[in-house]
Amino acid sequence: MTAGKRKTGDGNGASADWVAGARPSTATSGISDNPFFEHLLRLGDDRLVLGHRLSEWCGHAPILEEDIALANIALDLIGQASLLLKLAGEVEGKGRSEDALAYFRDAIEFRNAQLVELPNGDFAMTIVRQFLFDAWDVLMLERLAAATNKTLAGIAAKALKEARYHLRHSAEWMRMLGDGTPESHRRAQRALDDLWPYTAELFITDDVDRQAAAAGSGVDVETLRDSWRESVTRVIVEATLAIPKDGFAPRGGRTGRHTEHLGRMLADMQSLARAHPGASW
Amino acid sequence: MSNETAGSTTAATPPADTQWDLWEVFTQEGEGAPHEHAGSVHATTAEHAMQNARDVYARRGKVVSLWVVPTTAIIASAPSDAGPLFDPANDKAYRHPQFYKVPRGVRGM
Repeated sequence: MTAGKRKTGDGNGASADWVAGARPSTATSGISDNPFFEHLLRLGDDRLVLGHRLSEWCGHAPILEEDIALANIALDLIGQASLLLKLAGEVEGKGRSEDALAYFRDAIEFRNAQLVELPNGDFAMTIVRQFLFDAWDVLMLERLAAATNKTLAGIAAKALKEARYHLRHSAEWMRMLGDGTPESHRRAQRALDDLWPYTAELFITDDVDRQAAAAGSGVDVETLRDSWRESVTRVIVEATLAIPKDGFAPRGGRTGRHTEHLGRMLADMQSLARAHPGASW
Repeated sequence: MSNETAGSTTAATPPADTQWDLWEVFTQEGEGAPHEHAGSVHATTAEHAMQNARDVYARRGKVVSLWVVPTTAIIASAPSDAGPLFDPANDKAYRHPQFYKVPRGVRGM
């Protein structure tokens, strides 16, 4: 992610160090015993994966203005991921850079929620996924902006401004699609029905969240559920859409269990970095 | 004002239902600076126009304020009026302000 800024002056030595640091320590999901590190991976991976998904729209969005808007949001998210994974690497203390974490972990080592790895589908699917995430993300970042770890608090405060705009954008599209034509309404409702089950995972607190929150640099995500519900309900009602019933709720992303879609996405996202480790451009 | 060649009767206007309305975008790059025309965007509502204007014209910094205006609200002078409207100003040097000394320290003139 920072390949453009990487200095090449050190020659092969620096490059070899970087590759060594990039090698995963284990081939399993290897959940670390450092809850802050795990918590940072969750935060970083959500953004990295969703940012990459959005970037897939580049050149394909329904209208030029929206193409630029989606690319902007993708860049915001990838920028946030870069900062969070850099911090995660420092916290881990094993010499892994943000690039090593982004490009040299396999799917089983990713900690993103399954919601963000799902394929883009049609435009309604992309917008609904974004909206459900944005509403959660704003609440997360509001909490994280008060983290005791000053670096994390700084990243969150900066990201919060971006997230508020993302939410404004996706909420406006929810209204336009839901309260638009019969076709756009049908597609938006179908997307909402398909994606709703995946939102449950965003609010499952486990020991990692609890310990990170107790140390002052994490969020007990369960406590966000009511505010989120209120926030998304308002927009969904304005969009003349129906809130799906709660039921089947897939989970596992936070501990490395993902849908089949993540591996394929990573194969695409990581191929260049793995073919040319340490390359700069 | 028509540039259409003789014999062409079908105007090349896009179908109305596939093209959103056009909005003109004005950006201000600092407090006290004028809002200047930046370009245009397509959008369905004022809020949508504001967001598209932000994403297209304000994403690389500097901008501190945005105006969006429906293009249909702009009243433009006709090219054929250019003579009567603008030519008289050219040969009346006494109307120009360069005879005045601008006090030192005045900016933005």
